[in-house]
Amino acid sequence: MSFEPKIVGILCNWCSYTGADLAGTARIQYAPNVRVVRVMCSGRVDPSFVLKALQCGADGVLIAGCHLGDCHYQSGNYKTMRRFALMKRVLAQLGVEPDRVRLEWVSASEGERWAAVVNDMTEKVRALGPFTSGDGNNALGA
Amino acid sequence: MKVVKLKVDGVETEAEDRTSLLTVTKKLGIKVPTLCYHPIIEPAGVCRICTVEVRMRNRVRLVTACNYPVSEGIEVLTNSERVRRTRRLIIEWLLSRCGNVKVLNDLAAEYGITEPRFGRGDEDCILCGLCVRVCSDVVGRHVLGFFNRGTTREVNTPYGETSEECIACGACAYVCPTGCITIQDEEKLVRQELPMGPITPISIPFMQAVPAVPVIDKASCVYFKTGGCQVCKSVCEKQAIEHTADDKLVEFEVGSIIAATGFQSMDPTRLSQYGYGRLGNVFTALEFEKLNNASGPTGGRILMADGRAPESVALLHCVGSRDKNYHEYCSRVCCMMALKYAHLIHEKTGAAVYDFFIDLRCFGKGYEEFYNRLLEEGVFFIRGRAGEVSDFAIYEEERGKLIVRCEDTLIGVVRRIPVDMVVLMTALEPANDANNVARLLNISCSKDSFFLEQHPKLAPVATPTDGVFIAGACQGPKDIPDAVAQASAAASAAISLSVRGRVEIEPVTCVVDGERCAACRICNTLCPFTAISFDIEKDASVINDALCKGCGTCAAACPSSAITARHFNDRQLLNEIAGVCA
Repeated sequence: MSFEPKIVGILCNWCSYTGADLAGTARIQYAPNVRVVRVMCSGRVDPSFVLKALQCGADGVLIAGCHLGDCHYQSGNYKTMRRFALMKRVLAQLGVEPDRVRLEWVSASEGERWAAVVNDMTEKVRALGPFTSGDGNNALGA
Repeated sequence: MKVVKLKVDGVETEAEDRTSLLTVTKKLGIKVPTLCYHPIIEPAGVCRICTVEVRMRNRVRLVTACNYPVSEGIEVLTNSERVRRTRRLIIEWLLSRCGNVKVLNDLAAEYGITEPRFGRGDEDCILCGLCVRVCSDVVGRHVLGFFNRGTTREVNTPYGETSEECIACGACAYVCPTGCITIQDEEKLVRQELPMGPITPISIPFMQAVPAVPVIDKASCVYFKTGGCQVCKSVCEKQAIEHTADDKLVEFEVGSIIAATGFQSMDPTRLSQYGYGRLGNVFTALEFEKLNNASGPTGGRILMADGRAPESVALLHCVGSRDKNYHEYCSRVCCMMALKYAHLIHEKTGAAVYDFFIDLRCFGKGYEEFYNRLLEEGVFFIRGRAGEVSDFAIYEEERGKLIVRCEDTLIGVVRRIPVDMVVLMTALEPANDANNVARLLNISCSKDSFFLEQHPKLAPVATPTDGVFIAGACQGPKDIPDAVAQASAAASAAISLSVRGRVEIEPVTCVVDGERCAACRICNTLCPFTAISFDIEKDASVINDALCKGCGTCAAACPSSAITARHFNDRQLLNEIAGVCA
């Protein structure tokens, strides 16, 4: 059986979650690998959520929010962006490949884009393989 | 002030002691002719035409009314035979110098002089000195003075040369009784100096201005140039004018705020190919609107800078709009504005109108019909974005004209069209300081910096902050009917908040656990709604439930996990993540 990556998507309520919803109502076919967790704003995403997901066996984490300037809460996505840059450096030190964790802007009207992002992410994570250390255990040692 | 009794033409009256006799006769409605008198200038009694007869203690004298101070018990005759005879003589003397001045000839006719005894001279200045006095006493510039003596006496500038002191205020020409001082090319000069500016230094900006009160234009007001004048202040009965007044900050306490800060017209200087600011007779849409306005600088006549009416006018659509280099959006109002201009130019001047469009967007009620009407009126519509406006003539008929170069995409030919005037339908863009207003009121902006409504359909005038609404062109380019509709919606949304007297808030908010809060205050600056403040007594941050929108940014940032985002708390989310990973 081929490897099916398990990806946790943390989506903002106003843009990306609605955009993903739109992809569904528009019957767009895309990879079923992302499991969605809804938060009110991408600004709510604490870096520990990402670590938790990786620890619990996710092979990738996709954070999605409104486009810059479109945040329902004005600037939450800017804060996420700043936090994300910092988190990437920490993750790199822990040996997590950069492609496993991704930040994307998807608006409520971008169902197509959501599907494209998910497909692309799934392919990249599939190429990286499961998130395990050499001995087959979880790389973050859960 | 002492009040004295006096008799004027047999009528008993009262006046303040020492006021001029002329003001008394004016108040009584008695006509006394004047030439060298002007109410704003200290009278000098030069022309003598206001001569009247005054009896004081059995002594009868002829005096000039303009500078004669009244006193107790005087009797005045303003139209006795002796007065009329004297005035006739004065008029004849004045005519002997200035035989062809209209105001003198009118007086002569009034006093029954058909042929003056001393002949008619051909001067037009009566040497009353009103201009000299207004220049030095009112304007405070001392440009004009009397030169020479006797028959060669004249009013002039020093050495008869153009004076650098002169600010071209026009006060001398305004007060001159004979009209011998004129301003050369007045309209041209004014239009060069202030092509679209106020017509007078103190004016109501436009007829529908709210509030409809006059404002002083500091750039052209004489007071701000010389420190003199202040005539407006002296004639204002309500004493409402204060030149030294400064801008004031006024604080109001309100329940809701409607941001209706509007737009600004894009400055087309950046699009150098259209020659705005470099070539004459290239106007922006709003400048043309003012030129065309009945209360504008030309009184509604469509004129070029040299005062001629244009024979052909080009209207260029989408200047700065629908253009990847400037603004990608469509400015929405310009098509109909251009059609209106085309109609008015055609109607007012009969000029040939060329309308360069990409697409004509006549989307509203009755708009398409208006476009069809213009097609019948003979406006030339050319489909294609104009590429260039220049004054570089190749052909004979282009000499002295502006040449608009454009690809006519309907016939597939590059055309050169010579016109007299070009109107650029400039883009509507957010005001320069729109971002400051947005930051102040916590309004989000779309990527083109127009204010963003909370939801395009469900909450079109609301913003993420309760009690703050938006209306008009600050939200996006829109025409007047749309702006009014949106403003009405915003007003009723604001009123419905006050009428209800209470507001509903979302249950999704954040809360600080004071025990765990380490008082680091990181969250204080993070909150986009300024809902978090620091309570010094509790030594912890507190969140105002009414302001908090529950985005959870603070909860994610709190280093001591003291903030809980209700319904999206850490435990819930971590369990959810563990759940989806299982």
